[in-house]
Amino acid sequence: MFSLLRSMWLVFLHMFHKRDTYQYPEQKAPLPARWRGRIALTRDPDGEERCVGCYLCAAACPVDCISLQATEDEHGRRYPEFFRINFSRCIFCGFCEEACPTYAIQLLPDFEMAEYNRQNLVYEKHDLLIPSQGKYPGYNYYKVAGLAIKNKDKGEAEQEEPPVDIKSLLP
Amino acid sequence: MPIINIDNIPYEVKEGKNLLEACLSLGLNLPYFCWHPALGSVGACRQCAVKIFKDEQDTRGKLMMACMEPVKDGMRLSVNDSDAVAFRGHVIGWLMTNHPHDCAVCDEGGSCHLQDMTVMTGHAYRDYHFSKRTYRNQHLGPFINHEMNRCIQCYRCVRFYKDFAGGKDLDVFAAHNHVYFGRQQDGTLENEFSGNLVEVCPTGVFTDKTLKQHYTRKWDLTTAPSICQGCGLGCNIIAGERYGSLRQITNRYNGAVNGYFLCDRGRYGYEFVNSKDRIREPLVVHAPDDKANGLPVLQHVRNRMKPGKVIGIGSPRASVESNYVLKELVGENNFYLGIGEIEHELIRLMLKLLKEGPVRAASMQEAAAADAVVILGEDLTNTAPMLALSVRQAVRRMPVDHAISSIHMPAWQDAAVREAVQENKGPLFILHVVETKLDEVATGAYHTAPDNIARIAFAVSHLLDGTLPEVTGMSDEGKQAAATIAAALRGAKRPLVIAGYGGGSEQVIRAAANLAWALKQQGADAMLSFTVPECNSMGLEMLGGLRLESAVDAVLNGSAETVLILENDLYRRLDLHTANQFFGHCKEVIVLDHLHNATTERANIVLPVGTFAEADGTLVNNEGRAQRFLQVFNPQGAIQESWRWLLQLGDICGHTHLRSLLHYDDLLKAIAAKYPVFIGIDTLTPPADFRIAGQKIPREPHRYSGRTAMQANVNVSEPKPAEDGDTALSFTMEGYRGEPPSSVIPFFWAPGWNSVQSVNKYQVETGGPLHGGNPGKRLLEPNPNGPTKFYTNIPDPFIPVGGHLLLVPLYHIFGSEELSIHTPGIAQRMPAPYIMLHSEDARRFQVAAGHLLYFMDNGHQYALPVVINDTLQKGAAGIPVGLPHMQVAEAPQLVKI
Ligand code: SF4
Ligand code: SF4
Ligand code: SF4
Ligand code: SF4
Ligand code: FES
Repeated sequence: MFSLLRSMWLVFLHMFHKRDTYQYPEQKAPLPARWRGRIALTRDPDGEERCVGCYLCAAACPVDCISLQATEDEHGRRYPEFFRINFSRCIFCGFCEEACPTYAIQLLPDFEMAEYNRQNLVYEKHDLLIPSQGKYPGYNYYKVAGLAIKNKDKGEAEQEEPPVDIKSLLP
Repeated sequence: MPIINIDNIPYEVKEGKNLLEACLSLGLNLPYFCWHPALGSVGACRQCAVKIFKDEQDTRGKLMMACMEPVKDGMRLSVNDSDAVAFRGHVIGWLMTNHPHDCAVCDEGGSCHLQDMTVMTGHAYRDYHFSKRTYRNQHLGPFINHEMNRCIQCYRCVRFYKDFAGGKDLDVFAAHNHVYFGRQQDGTLENEFSGNLVEVCPTGVFTDKTLKQHYTRKWDLTTAPSICQGCGLGCNIIAGERYGSLRQITNRYNGAVNGYFLCDRGRYGYEFVNSKDRIREPLVVHAPDDKANGLPVLQHVRNRMKPGKVIGIGSPRASVESNYVLKELVGENNFYLGIGEIEHELIRLMLKLLKEGPVRAASMQEAAAADAVVILGEDLTNTAPMLALSVRQAVRRMPVDHAISSIHMPAWQDAAVREAVQENKGPLFILHVVETKLDEVATGAYHTAPDNIARIAFAVSHLLDGTLPEVTGMSDEGKQAAATIAAALRGAKRPLVIAGYGGGSEQVIRAAANLAWALKQQGADAMLSFTVPECNSMGLEMLGGLRLESAVDAVLNGSAETVLILENDLYRRLDLHTANQFFGHCKEVIVLDHLHNATTERANIVLPVGTFAEADGTLVNNEGRAQRFLQVFNPQGAIQESWRWLLQLGDICGHTHLRSLLHYDDLLKAIAAKYPVFIGIDTLTPPADFRIAGQKIPREPHRYSGRTAMQANVNVSEPKPAEDGDTALSFTMEGYRGEPPSSVIPFFWAPGWNSVQSVNKYQVETGGPLHGGNPGKRLLEPNPNGPTKFYTNIPDPFIPVGGHLLLVPLYHIFGSEELSIHTPGIAQRMPAPYIMLHSEDARRFQVAAGHLLYFMDNGHQYALPVVINDTLQKGAAGIPVGLPHMQVAEAPQLVKI
């Protein structure tokens, strides 16, 4: 009996609290940086595409709504030839972001993606690629990977020794 | 059988194995790198440590490498012992110290044995924080990509390439922690089996360069069990597709056929499937007054088929099913085998010898176990590449057996056995018109004309069995050769005689059979192996039909007007002159093929048909083994299997028998019912209604990605997935997740084993047959009790004729096969047309290397640049077969220069 009255009292008190309802769309809700919304492909500190086309996001996606094709430029740098997300299927679980070894794919605090035509929810690479590093500034996968690309030869990555001279007889 | 206790559980294991093999065969997970079921153990990687206990009282035990310890009855060991687990974790930690942070950009990723083993040992975080060693890579040609940073120094690559495949240009260089696996300098890897490095290397050092052009992870491929179309051996392959194009060929283990390996023609020759020359829609060329516009294409075909005037030309590169339906459609008397005269006679003879003779056709694995080999008139590396690899194993058989008995080492102790064997070779004799690559491992190699080869073989038979006719008028050299060969063969328990289409001589085939039969009569377990040119040459010959030359006659004399040509470019079968004449006289030419070629250019109607990747079908290999290939993916356009087009044609033509064949299984049953030789062809794979736990077998792994996005650019609503009404496989990832029957394994995968090494989980024992038996069925068995009719007709010796040369065919692994040359990498390695002469003949005709030599054949002039080779028989001229832009000249034949 007492708890019943106490609950009613607490509910009554709420009438005098500050309102939690946002008058959307006039008023926007503040979203934390980790909020899982619109997916973007970010760029590395050099402004290059971060995605290396490893297919891990696609494999992690529980609804299989990511598809891409990896390719590489003449210097051996890998990137996606196409990259497609079908947002009409995406459940914004963030698994792709967790799987991504390069911080390329990121879920951003933005959910305003509604469309009248479902076909418009199919995003291609040019819709996804943003000129920003997103939530993880500073990381550059190719600086830690062993692959040689333009302007980064073998032995020039972080914590790498210069290439072995296999003709050397020194111990 | 010995009993061993693993973690206190007793298991019965096979004698003579090592502990690693025993554990893997029992289905236990024990990590390893340097051991390979076909290469044996060397104990180099230290990854397979287990703890071995002296007896029940021993609680300390000692760490040992499982791959180096033989199985002993009553022994006790522990795989899960904490010391062993920690040791293995440390080993992989050390192997990883220099490993690059590459998985995301590594083509091995997702099918990487190193990834799998790292996960298996639980080494999740690196504890090495210093700098990493790096290497420069090499350009290794069009097939193999090199990324040396990823190497873990397991030495598998050189052990395969040098020791197993006989390659010379891959080695290990430098010392201590700088060892480098590569070539002495940049350049194409020359060995014909280099592609296997991709699967042998447990890391991403060597990866498939053609896959890189359209890179797809293993988990994203739609795959199906298939059969290589590259030659007549019928190696088992897995073909994988993504986004409508074929992406990769990998080995499909078959313990009786190709084992763990493939040749480079087979592995890389798939790109014709994606060629821009593919025919994707039916083409109808209208005569000006043809009003039939708008009719379905099959109506057009029917309208052009005048009763009684239609003939069909089959093909050795089309399936048994397609050839059968064509034969039924046009009638037995109007069905012609689409192969040249010489080829037809040779294969007919081989088939007869294998069916009626007492000696069995050797499978490739049996060939590898032979202890003496005689090759008559074949350059195996170029005509039947994987058989050459078997022969390379066979020459080791005698010395290995000897070493095993003298040093008391099991065969899997690879390093010790190789040390004991040194360069010793068992008997291998090669008789060919010119030097061959296998000569380097031969006890004796003799270069002489086909007739002389036959004579030497007859002479050997005579020496083995005095009742067989003697060869008179032999040269001293020939006598010497025959005596050496006979002496070597006398001691052999499992001798193998190889001959085939490469020599182009019936005499050689007969002599080979004689020799094998004589050996059999001497009590040896003799084997015969005949090579055939194309993937279904044997199947076509078993089906039977009239010769192609009579088809030409029928058209020229007007008794036939409409020709249905099944997957066959007649310009590769007939000389230019005859082919032009033939097509000039045909009223209607209807071609079913998958690539545009000279024949489709002469067609009035072209029907687009599926390649092996888009069709189901059966091929019969050189051994007489029927094997099924299953469709990988649903093609775009109007492409369908040849047999389906022809069944539909039969339907609209009112053909009662063809009309009754509603399903693929009906077709198979009809073939088996009509031709006793094909009995069993209908049970090669489970029928279409086969289900395990109510489910089909999925072609896609459970991690297959992108289903709801890959076609979303076309339409956001996903189309209904394609259905496969013909087989027990589904085109999707839904279905039974366990192990399918061995004949329909679309990919090898087991929990924790993503790489190709997972095949261990599908075998009865490592390196043994697949669960449920190796797929395929031998249709030809010898006639053990039948009378052996030895050939007694010995050819006359070859004598060079003044002003003439004997044209002999020379084959090239890269170039002689029609479809594989559509792969740019293979085209790049193809030789330019040439004519090969002995330097004395060159002097006789006053030409030097590089000069053009002119000769006439059947009204056609040939001009070919001269290549000099002094191992060639004098008076003979070698011409390459099958190269594009190389006119067809009949070989062997004598031509005037
Ligand atoms: S996981 Fe990251 S790097 Fe890999 S394909 Fe996806 S977005 Fe690209
Ligand atoms: S070899 Fe294996 S572990 Fe190494 S980078 Fe490639 S995928 Fe990763
Ligand atoms: S290249 Fe591959 S196979 Fe060769 S030693 Fe290195 S890891 Fe082993
Ligand atoms: S040996 Fe013949 S069947 Fe085997 S992989 Fe090579 S081409 Fe294909
Ligand atoms: S597999 Fe046993 S030491 Fe390498």
